[in-house]
Amino acid sequence: MIKRNLPYALLVGLLLLAGIAQILHRHWVYDVPLLPGDAQTIWSVEAKVEFDANGEPVKVRLATPDSQPGFMVLRDSGASPGYGLSFVPDDHPGAEWTKRSAEGKQSLFYRVDVLESDAHDLMDESAPPIITSSWPEPYASAVTQVVQQAYSTSADHFSLTRELLKAFNSDPRDQHVQLLVSQYRQRLPQLIVDMLNMAGVPSRVVYGLRLQDGRRQQTLLPYIRVWQGDNSQVFDVPLQERNPTLFDPTAPLLLWEQRGEPVIEVMGGENSQVRFSMIKREESAFGNVANRLSDEHDLLNFSIHSLPIEEQAMFKTILLIPIGALIVCLLRVLIGLKTSGTFMPVLIALAFIQTSLVTGLVGFLIIVATGLVIRGYLSHLNLLLVSRISATIITVIAIIGVFSVASYKFGLTEGLKITFFPMIILSWTIERMSILWEEEGWREVMTQGGGSLLTAVIAFWAMSNPLVRHLTFNFIGVQLVIMAVVLMLGTYTGYRLLELKRFVKLGKH
Amino acid sequence: MPSLSESLAGIGEMFGAYRSMSRQGVLGMNARNRLYIGRYNQRRLFPLVDNKLKTKQLAQQYEIAVPELIGVIDSQHQVSMLSKHLLGLESFVIKPAKGSGGKGILVIQGHDGDGWIKASGDRVTLQDVQRHVSNILAGLYSLGGAQDVAIIEHCIRFDDSLANYSFEGVPDIRVIVCRGFPVMAMTRLATRESDGKANLHQGAVGVGLSLKTGRAINGVMHGKLVQAHPDTLERLSELVIPQWDELLNLAAGCYEMTGLGYIGTDVVIDRDKGPMLLELNARPGLAIQMANGKGLLPGLRKIDALTDAELRRPAAQRVALSQQWFAD
Repeated sequence: MIKRNLPYALLVGLLLLAGIAQILHRHWVYDVPLLPGDAQTIWSVEAKVEFDANGEPVKVRLATPDSQPGFMVLRDSGASPGYGLSFVPDDHPGAEWTKRSAEGKQSLFYRVDVLESDAHDLMDESAPPIITSSWPEPYASAVTQVVQQAYSTSADHFSLTRELLKAFNSDPRDQHVQLLVSQYRQRLPQLIVDMLNMAGVPSRVVYGLRLQDGRRQQTLLPYIRVWQGDNSQVFDVPLQERNPTLFDPTAPLLLWEQRGEPVIEVMGGENSQVRFSMIKREESAFGNVANRLSDEHDLLNFSIHSLPIEEQAMFKTILLIPIGALIVCLLRVLIGLKTSGTFMPVLIALAFIQTSLVTGLVGFLIIVATGLVIRGYLSHLNLLLVSRISATIITVIAIIGVFSVASYKFGLTEGLKITFFPMIILSWTIERMSILWEEEGWREVMTQGGGSLLTAVIAFWAMSNPLVRHLTFNFIGVQLVIMAVVLMLGTYTGYRLLELKRFVKLGKH
Repeated sequence: MPSLSESLAGIGEMFGAYRSMSRQGVLGMNARNRLYIGRYNQRRLFPLVDNKLKTKQLAQQYEIAVPELIGVIDSQHQVSMLSKHLLGLESFVIKPAKGSGGKGILVIQGHDGDGWIKASGDRVTLQDVQRHVSNILAGLYSLGGAQDVAIIEHCIRFDDSLANYSFEGVPDIRVIVCRGFPVMAMTRLATRESDGKANLHQGAVGVGLSLKTGRAINGVMHGKLVQAHPDTLERLSELVIPQWDELLNLAAGCYEMTGLGYIGTDVVIDRDKGPMLLELNARPGLAIQMANGKGLLPGLRKIDALTDAELRRPAAQRVALSQQWFAD
């Protein structure tokens, strides 16, 4: 037997100790809950303003969100080296960056933490005044027609708005609506607000973000807010271009700008744009207070959370990979499952997280099965290895393209998620399975393919589990514990579960 | 869904199996990888056995008998000169240097006009042989598709006493050698089901051999005991490997030759020249335990505990010690 190795035992013990200590420290001192449920949800949203400065004094004003029904603003901050920054707390809250002279590409950051809360005692905006507008013919009569139609089939301001939006969303469209759409397509939100004003309904175009965990590079979308007395509701704008795979109408809506002011104003620069990244955190209410007090400059609270939101969103996924690796370790060392390519199942599981399990499984099977058929033909051509794999990669991309288009045409937007699969990995999987088929027969392909899929599904289950996600993201110590477990598994010399079946007869002597 | 008591009984059974296997000293994959391959086989020595040409050249230096080399084709332009190598040969074997699991081995057993006859009885032309060599060079049979060279060597003439125990293919003898001491042996008999290949998981018969006598102990096919070869119907209990002590000496000598402390040596017996080393394997499988009906660990543990003096003995003495310790 190998002698018990002292440095190794120390290393494992140290990792375990440090990991558990870090977890407990974060739990006790910062009051981060160990379970995801008993916490409040905080969204950190980061706006990144980019523009090209042209050497003159620069003044940038970004509208910032207020507390609003559903959200309470906890804290906000900005970062941008070399710029003066002030928050303007007047009627139109905003952040203002200023600099005497700047040249070239500039990036400014603004970050806000909002708490999801149902408290209704928040200040609400009062209704804006009605503004009458006029249109040239024939649009004016089309507007009148459409508004009258909606008015006659509705009872109050909200139902009128719904009726009006229904007219724009219906298929086929009424000819009046069609006329308006063809002329005002670019400024549809304002058109609808003007039409509502014409019917005496106070309303306004507002800009908001759908909050989805881990999203990056998002833009603000226009919405229509309608008042009836002191109540107001927010409506979607019809005919928006969206990526149907990423759009989630149930995600909470944060109104970023709700006073009809521009979202961003830049003086002394051009080509400005704002992109948003967002991430969800679970913290206890007390932890928030503690965080607000201590905030940065605290080495012991050294964590992923001190990074910009965009990088945090990436780490949220990256920190799950060790969980997948641990699952692979367990299944191979303790169970003895055969997989095709050691960590291929982890990558497939990551793709499943993007696509959802059933879509992912169906997509994976379709791509691999089709790929195997085409690879079967390629093997007749007797190609050299590198060209053969390259041909397989191109084939996989073609398959993904064909299935995306076909499923979109049939109205199955789920099918579009097939593009989340790692194509190079899939090509190698097809190559290996194909060789395996020729050399060992279909039975071995099924064993290894089934083993890989089973591993991927278990890894997917673990990596999408809310508790696991909560722990890996909030407690960096979990990584140290996983490291210790993996090191321990590396020295396990006992039997694998499947060997018990294989060698059971030898035990019966 | 099984009921709770059934599940508990199942788990109990599992632990029972684990304990009894442990008691019998069955070697598992994890233990093999970590305790034997990881500890006794240095990574830098692996290329010696993963490349059959290197193994062969090394064996010749150490005076270990191997099938005689006719030639090596290592580049595409030499393929056209193949006929010069093959001129006047009745029988020969072409194999990839880095092939694994018996893939890409072409066995020619006779001349027929312009062409040759394969072991299976099929006819092949010079073009067929050239294409086969091109495939070998391109890496069709090597692990990961790496470029390879083709080895041409003389064909083994089987010993007649074994001819009836194999369907096509050559019965080879696998000896596990740990730090120079033979620990366990078996022979693998090709069957119709295994398509002339000697791989147990493809349906070849594995026959455990007594280290003392070279006589069959036990035959298994697909993990089940068998008494006779399924195709030739020859009784396995009659099987005795000739020139057994020379064979073990040759296997034990591979330790000095490679420096690898845990290897599977594959040996064949030539009618005229006796035992010859076919290839070495630095990651030998565990199925040999099934063929012998016992675990490898008791033997391996004995070897683990040997003193330096015992480890320095010459091959013949080591074989004698092994035969004494591991006699059944």
